[in-house]
Amino acid sequence: MSKTITLDGQIIPFEEGQTIMDAAMAAGIYIPHLCHQPEVTPHGSCKLCTVKVNGRNCSACTFPAMEGQEVLSEIKELINDRRRIIQMLFVEGNHLCPGCEKSGNCQLQAVGYHLNMLDSHFSHFYPDRTVDASHPDVMIDQSRCILCTLCVRASQQEDGKSVFAVSGRGINKRLIFNAQSGLLKDTDLEAADRAAHICPTGAIIIKRTGYLVPIGQRVYDHKEIDQVSLETETEHLNHGE
Amino acid sequence: MRQFIQSVAENSQYQATYLLQILRQIQYRYHYIPHEAIEQLSALLNVSRTQIISVAEFYSFFHLAPRGQYELLISDSITDHMLGKKELIDYLAKKLNVAIGEVRSDGLVSLDNTSCTGMCDQGPAGLVNGYALTRLDHAAIDKIAELVNQQKPLHEWPAELFQVDDNVYKSGLLLNQQIEQGSALRSTIKRGITGTLSEIDKSGLRGRGGAGFKTAMKWQFCSEEQQPERYVVCNADEGEPGTFKDRVLLNSYADQVFEGMTICAAIIGAKQGFVYLRGEYLHLHDKLQSILDQRRQNGLLGNNILNAGLDFDIEIHLGAGAYICGEESALIESLEGKPGIPRNRPPYPVTHGYLGKPTVVNNVETFLAAAAIAVNGGDWFAAIGTEKSKGTKILSISGDCARPGIYEYPFGITVRTILNDCGADDVLGVQVGGPSGTFISNQELDRKLAFEDLATGGSFIIFNSSRNILEVARNFTHFFAHESCGFCTPCRVGTSLLKKQIDKIVDGHGASGDIVALEELCRLVKNYSHCGLGQTAANPIVTTMERYLDLYEKQLKDISFEPGFDLDGALETARRLANRDDVGAHLAQTVATGSVPAATFPPSMDGVSAGDCREPSWTPSLADESEHE
Repeated sequence: MSKTITLDGQIIPFEEGQTIMDAAMAAGIYIPHLCHQPEVTPHGSCKLCTVKVNGRNCSACTFPAMEGQEVLSEIKELINDRRRIIQMLFVEGNHLCPGCEKSGNCQLQAVGYHLNMLDSHFSHFYPDRTVDASHPDVMIDQSRCILCTLCVRASQQEDGKSVFAVSGRGINKRLIFNAQSGLLKDTDLEAADRAAHICPTGAIIIKRTGYLVPIGQRVYDHKEIDQVSLETETEHLNHGE
Repeated sequence: MRQFIQSVAENSQYQATYLLQILRQIQYRYHYIPHEAIEQLSALLNVSRTQIISVAEFYSFFHLAPRGQYELLISDSITDHMLGKKELIDYLAKKLNVAIGEVRSDGLVSLDNTSCTGMCDQGPAGLVNGYALTRLDHAAIDKIAELVNQQKPLHEWPAELFQVDDNVYKSGLLLNQQIEQGSALRSTIKRGITGTLSEIDKSGLRGRGGAGFKTAMKWQFCSEEQQPERYVVCNADEGEPGTFKDRVLLNSYADQVFEGMTICAAIIGAKQGFVYLRGEYLHLHDKLQSILDQRRQNGLLGNNILNAGLDFDIEIHLGAGAYICGEESALIESLEGKPGIPRNRPPYPVTHGYLGKPTVVNNVETFLAAAAIAVNGGDWFAAIGTEKSKGTKILSISGDCARPGIYEYPFGITVRTILNDCGADDVLGVQVGGPSGTFISNQELDRKLAFEDLATGGSFIIFNSSRNILEVARNFTHFFAHESCGFCTPCRVGTSLLKKQIDKIVDGHGASGDIVALEELCRLVKNYSHCGLGQTAANPIVTTMERYLDLYEKQLKDISFEPGFDLDGALETARRLANRDDVGAHLAQTVATGSVPAATFPPSMDGVSAGDCREPSWTPSLADESEHE
């Protein structure tokens, strides 16, 4: 008999080596997340996937599933606080959805809708961040970066490169590029790299693809992110050891 | 430069784990980390340039742009402020003709603030090229300015500028007598590994960094790991503002601390140990090295220690200005030559620590106590203290008292007794355990220092009734925002939001909803942050708000909303463009009645409601909340 955890009252199975997130997704249950994609090693930094495990807050994407855990996810306290956390991400950067090419395909925006975020609640930081448009095929707008490190991990783990890193400390953290000049054009990033497509926001944009799909016909214009996530991310799911 | 960097890398055996140590030497030599150095190191150490840049940008003492040949830093701890730091740094800036945070145009000197340097009993304090300066006053600053302008090398500066005193005022079980060199190891060999571990267990010793995990249990877990390669790490990254006891222990009791580490190594089966010494204690480095050398000569470190078949040695790694490295997994990352970002747990360091190998990380004082317990037995230690907090605690006492310094007390001592001993009167409150601990008021002086009541890593800052509690909370809140590693959202963004929100209130821009907003923010940062830094970053606000809510409320205005910025100041550009400065061109933000200062709007702004000027922030009752009620 396989091992199980209880998630919001529902008993779900897990394999040894799976996280709570892995087990939930395999069972068709969505837990909001931005810094996590099953294809790369989990990071646990955005904290949107915080769940209560036997009463204690843990990141579902990094915390191992263990026999008999009582996990709570869709409870009022967590839903409200996740909204606050995503609001923090919105005010930290400059996220101007109406003018952003990623609008409608943006996970940050979609999770915002999923969490019923109707305003930014906190005061905006309006940081002064740079754009690197030097690369022939890819451009990066640091204003939209939420420091999830998905591009860092995808470059290392899927592309076998090391194009990106996060540098700095605290509120001054930023993405840096592995080139002597510090410019994206001098890295070995290619438009076909997974790292160029994994960004959950509009920070990394492929050039000359802008508005090919009109607003209104984009991924999250039709479906909620929970549905999309379960349909697309489960193929890479960690099935344990 | 190429040759210098080549030799530094060579001395570090081209190991990337020495990256911080290498960058320290480059910073010391060139006063920044030059671009060419990064490229060269990347090739020599076989690490990406981005890793080197991210390390250089993470630690406060590294800079990618040149600092002055004399890098002056002044400690920004609350205790330095209480001793007149603000006025002194301004005086220093004027004397040297350099702005705070800047480099003088001739490149000779730079000046900036730095987090608490651990000299709270002899401040105001600072650092010059990493070396501690103490008891700064006008005369000392005149002297420093003169020495800098004469370009005198540091070794020619008068020794009294660098004099660091122990200031031990009360000794107990541990400080009364230092063990004889080697005696704890001999006892360990005689009693055997299991016997010694059971004495430590019997002693009830718990980690002295503040968290209080049982030491014997940690060592036992580590010893039971399958992986044969194991490490002992001494956490001497004493960064909690107001704490300086480890500096004294390493200055005067280091031999015993090293002996404690060696016993730990014998018990867990480690061959290599590290002391992670905070960069601010650079002045101790050479002395510690010579004590290690002496122990090697005496057969107490190295191969076949005391002919008992034990191989163990200790290396000193210096930090580079990052409070977060006091967190054990961040410290391990730093030891590995990386930014000090706390790891996800599980796994814990005791199973996956340094280089992924089982590692015991303990505080300086814990190793000191363990060595004494190995000599004197567990009962000797356990006879003192309380039921759950055995033995003594060494405190760093600073702030408003006659005799700031080091005091050792049995656990269970009341705050009142301590205050009497150190000569504190007219006490308003005490910050116990540093900013991450608790602020207690003068109504709670019969509380006890013990894991059962007030747990503490040793910081004890006293405030008398002349002090402004809100300024204290503000100083600590700024400290956490500065020291947040930035890994997780709630701490990275939340500590900066806390800083903005407390500034808004203390500066008199708070409105009725702002306390509720502050409370909510505190709760979010506390409950959702990745590590202890974020989980305790709101404590200065939470613990003072619990006790002095009226002080916070007094700062508020009787209106429903105040923007977080200076409305009138924001109009300055518009005034200049319109070439007017009449009454109608000003917005009175300070009007404390009514929700909209409509009467002060100039005619040209007719039709614009105040609501349109508002930032969408801090409004206490928002639509999105009510929808989920």
